[in-house]
Amino acid sequence: MGGANAPRRLSGMQKQVLALYRGFLRAARSKSPDDRRRVESIVSAEFRRGAGQVDRKNFLYIEYLLRRGKKQLDQLRSPDTTALSSLNFIPPSQSVDSRK
Amino acid sequence: MATGILKRAIAISRGPMPSPAAAAVSSAAARLLLARCHASEAEAQQVEPKAKPTTSLKTFSIYRWTPDCPSKPELKDYQIDLKECGPMVLDALIKIKNEIDPSLTFRRSCREGICGSCAMNIDGCNGLACLTKIPDGADASTITPLPHMFVIKDLVVDMTNFYNQYKSIEPWLKRKNPPSEPGKEILQSKKDRAKLDGMYECILCACCSTSCPSYWWNPESYLGPAALLHANRWIMDSRDEFTKERLDAINDEFKLYRCHTILNCARACPKGLNPGKQIINIKQLELAK
Repeated sequence: MGGANAPRRLSGMQKQVLALYRGFLRAARSKSPDDRRRVESIVSAEFRRGAGQVDRKNFLYIEYLLRRGKKQLDQLRSPDTTALSSLNFIPPSQSVDSRK
Repeated sequence: MATGILKRAIAISRGPMPSPAAAAVSSAAARLLLARCHASEAEAQQVEPKAKPTTSLKTFSIYRWTPDCPSKPELKDYQIDLKECGPMVLDALIKIKNEIDPSLTFRRSCREGICGSCAMNIDGCNGLACLTKIPDGADASTITPLPHMFVIKDLVVDMTNFYNQYKSIEPWLKRKNPPSEPGKEILQSKKDRAKLDGMYECILCACCSTSCPSYWWNPESYLGPAALLHANRWIMDSRDEFTKERLDAINDEFKLYRCHTILNCARACPKGLNPGKQIINIKQLELAK
């Protein structure tokens, strides 16, 4: 996320990703403390995973993730949504695939 | 009366009748059944010749992209035997999904053109897969998602924006006065009802909007033919009392006037509607206002 001394110039897409992350954190504040912590940990893990695994030049895929994230954020923002959960699914065809 | 006409038609189709008319009426039910049998048989014979050769192979190039495997989208070829397949593109897709590649993803539901789920681009033309015949000829058919829509997976596109636009025209009856008889429906004359023909049939499949170049370039600001057709449906409804407000709401350089009467929408509509004509009607009402 950029050096502490020299702020890195971010591309538009990077800014969008950060704004999305911020949006999630803000949405999490409206939930109960327990749920908030859980939401934050899931969101942070998901973003970390994306940052580590997604090729930074794979714009098509990043745009897809952004759109998906925006939709999920809209759902999370609704007061009816209380919590977020995730499940880990590894398709059998890809469990041996190193590029996953 | 209608049955009388039907009976006569059957009588004509079955040639000169030796028996008197009374006999014809008494056995009408049996004849009807017979005639039906003949009709379906004739239809079957019409379909048959295409499948006459022992195998008739056809290749479908289908757009594939899945978010699980973040690589570039590709066209994948599937070869199926048309002899063992229904006549429509949707039948072919279901066959491919059942027998060749279960990971192929597409939306489908009613398989008879009433739900609008299976809208896709078949050989460059938008249409419902369930209403489009498999094209003749040995060359490959290309099936891609609706153009200029965000792909979620394979042939499934993100319709959020499209539905939000539909929502934005407030597609429900809005009244200022309560009905004359409380608790009763608001009546409409036959003539007023006829004004809704050509609009109420729309199933929101998005074939028209996604075929419109103007919608391609301004999907966020231009409402698109489908939403405008529905706007006109409520503007023309005699029971709706918010006609002026509705006209004001879409009287916008982008929302309405991005329509340049290209009329791709009328060409694409699988239900044979003409959204372009309805948009022209809105424009005329805006002028007359």
